[in-house]
Amino acid sequence: MIKVRLHSVGILAPGLAGWRETASLLRKETAYTASGLSPLKPTTLKPNERRRTTNTIKLALEVADEALKQWPNPQQLISVFSSSEGDLEIVDQICTALSQQGRPVSPTQFHNSVHNAPAGYWSIGADSRQASTSLGGLNGCFAAGLMEASVQTAIEGKPALMVCYDLPPPKPLADFIHVRTPIAVALLLSADNTQGNALADIALRPGAGAEENRMTDDTLEALRLAAPAGRSLPLLQAVANRTTAKLSLPYLPDLGLQLEVSPC
Amino acid sequence: MPITPLTITHYTLTNALGRGRDASLGALRNNHSGLRPCDLPDTDLETWIGRVDGLEEMTFKAGLDAFDCRNNRLAYLAMQQDDFLPVVERAKQDYGADRIGLFLGTSTSGIATTEAAYRRRTDGRLPADYVPTCTHNIFSVNSFVRRLLGLGGPNLAISTACSSSAKVFAAAHRYIETGICDAAIVGGVDSLCLTTLYGFSALDLVSAQICRPWDTERNGINIGEAAGFALLQKPRNNPSAPRLLGYGESSDAHHMSTPHPQGDGAMSAMQQALQRAGLKPGEIDYINLHGTATRSNDAAEDRAVYRLFGQQPACSSTKGFTGHTLGAAGITESLFSLLCLENGLLPGNLQTRQTDPDLQANIILQRQHKSISRVLSNSFGFGGNNCSLIFGEA
Repeated sequence: MIKVRLHSVGILAPGLAGWRETASLLRKETAYTASGLSPLKPTTLKPNERRRTTNTIKLALEVADEALKQWPNPQQLISVFSSSEGDLEIVDQICTALSQQGRPVSPTQFHNSVHNAPAGYWSIGADSRQASTSLGGLNGCFAAGLMEASVQTAIEGKPALMVCYDLPPPKPLADFIHVRTPIAVALLLSADNTQGNALADIALRPGAGAEENRMTDDTLEALRLAAPAGRSLPLLQAVANRTTAKLSLPYLPDLGLQLEVSPC
Repeated sequence: MPITPLTITHYTLTNALGRGRDASLGALRNNHSGLRPCDLPDTDLETWIGRVDGLEEMTFKAGLDAFDCRNNRLAYLAMQQDDFLPVVERAKQDYGADRIGLFLGTSTSGIATTEAAYRRRTDGRLPADYVPTCTHNIFSVNSFVRRLLGLGGPNLAISTACSSSAKVFAAAHRYIETGICDAAIVGGVDSLCLTTLYGFSALDLVSAQICRPWDTERNGINIGEAAGFALLQKPRNNPSAPRLLGYGESSDAHHMSTPHPQGDGAMSAMQQALQRAGLKPGEIDYINLHGTATRSNDAAEDRAVYRLFGQQPACSSTKGFTGHTLGAAGITESLFSLLCLENGLLPGNLQTRQTDPDLQANIILQRQHKSISRVLSNSFGFGGNNCSLIFGEA
């Protein structure tokens, strides 16, 4: 199994405004109240860049900001960004432009259309020249991102930022792509199990057979299924409650990601 | 500490030069470019493209019709060359299907399907037969290839623009190192679409002429399409195969679509690859440049190469053969590097008439035949995402 230490979490979804609030909710200290997202203002982006970027980029960077709030040197972080759908707002605008006379594709939108656009903006804002990988993975993209960040951390010996994010598609695509809620989750991981003040130790490996864990609360279960990053909730629940747990997260149709979580 | 090399025991590639290894090798030997004036249906751009013939007419894999799109057609066509499918069957018997990882890179996946669906909108609604999860989605080619090959191991879709299918080698190496899998199929697929043709045009990065990397008059890229796949294994079983010796990955942290002017990020990727290979710059015989033929890309890469290697290793870009195959550039040029190692070939920097006097790397305009032992291949993408790989003879 690959072993990593989880240092911090960033999370944003309707009713889940940050890790402190989410952890309290996952400990059943507070009740879930649905609410919209507050305006996205990630500090990693300069104000002029914020205007040129999209909601997808801002959502990903906002949770990265939260996970790194206490981390002294983001320049040293490897980054892994994982998203099932990428930036569908841009896809809609580019494909609309391509169906028009003269095909007026916006150059800024085009360079923001690459799947690694949030990672690119993050590396610029954080001044990180470390390796950066951007992944897909449908509903398994949280597990894929967690595994990739853990593998990189374990092998390369550097701490890693992992961000998983997706937004619901704009109208014409909404009938075909079933992301219903904006959800983004960021994890800060390292292979250094000596550093204190961390949230949990996680051991993981891909494996078949185990049924994926669900949330017992109906509202949270609906949120788990509402976007790929929602699949992180069983893990976050174990972390928030400081419990030792064996979990299975959805990864591939016939293969799960098996986790052993323990408080540290 | 150098990494443990992996052997590349089998590979295949399809691009504008043709289907399979012999087509690519023959064209590289004979200075034959696969580029042609843009004749992609429904385009009105003055440029050249590296198009793969036969995709429109081919029969797609029965039973996997939902995955039918240009990108997956290209993947399927490529996998049918050079006995790749039977070789994968043998690897499954050797290792078990669930012990072989799949690592694929793509930039735009099957976005052409979404472009076509938008042209077929009625009352603002997309057609009912549109299945983006199996076509447009970044993971589409991973789902398709995993099912086609009957693999059961981990499956990673990397999409970091033009470094996507170089980074698959680094990812596969790490997964094998951790023991998550015992062997890996790496690859990359990117296909022509209006999004990249008109998007790069909007950025003024597409040349109206045939592309001329490192030329005084270079003025942009030609876009191409390609697919390539390779089987990576631990060396103990295959002492005579070429090897992945090192990888390096970095970010520019500079700009979304313009490289760091001094090539700092590119240089870091190349330095890391040398470190992981346990090699000094003087031990590299040939560099297959990213060499896209835009003013700023070639200038930045030149700075990085010259700062690290001086004028010693012979360098060339093979974009003049295939065009810039974007998310498939990493795998295509990695596999070109293997063809070069195995055949003692240094491809010429096709189409370039006069090397830019401001650029200092040792560009070879004419192909050369000589025995070489180690090749470095560069792939750099939007977002400042860099990957360098080093391959060596057996």
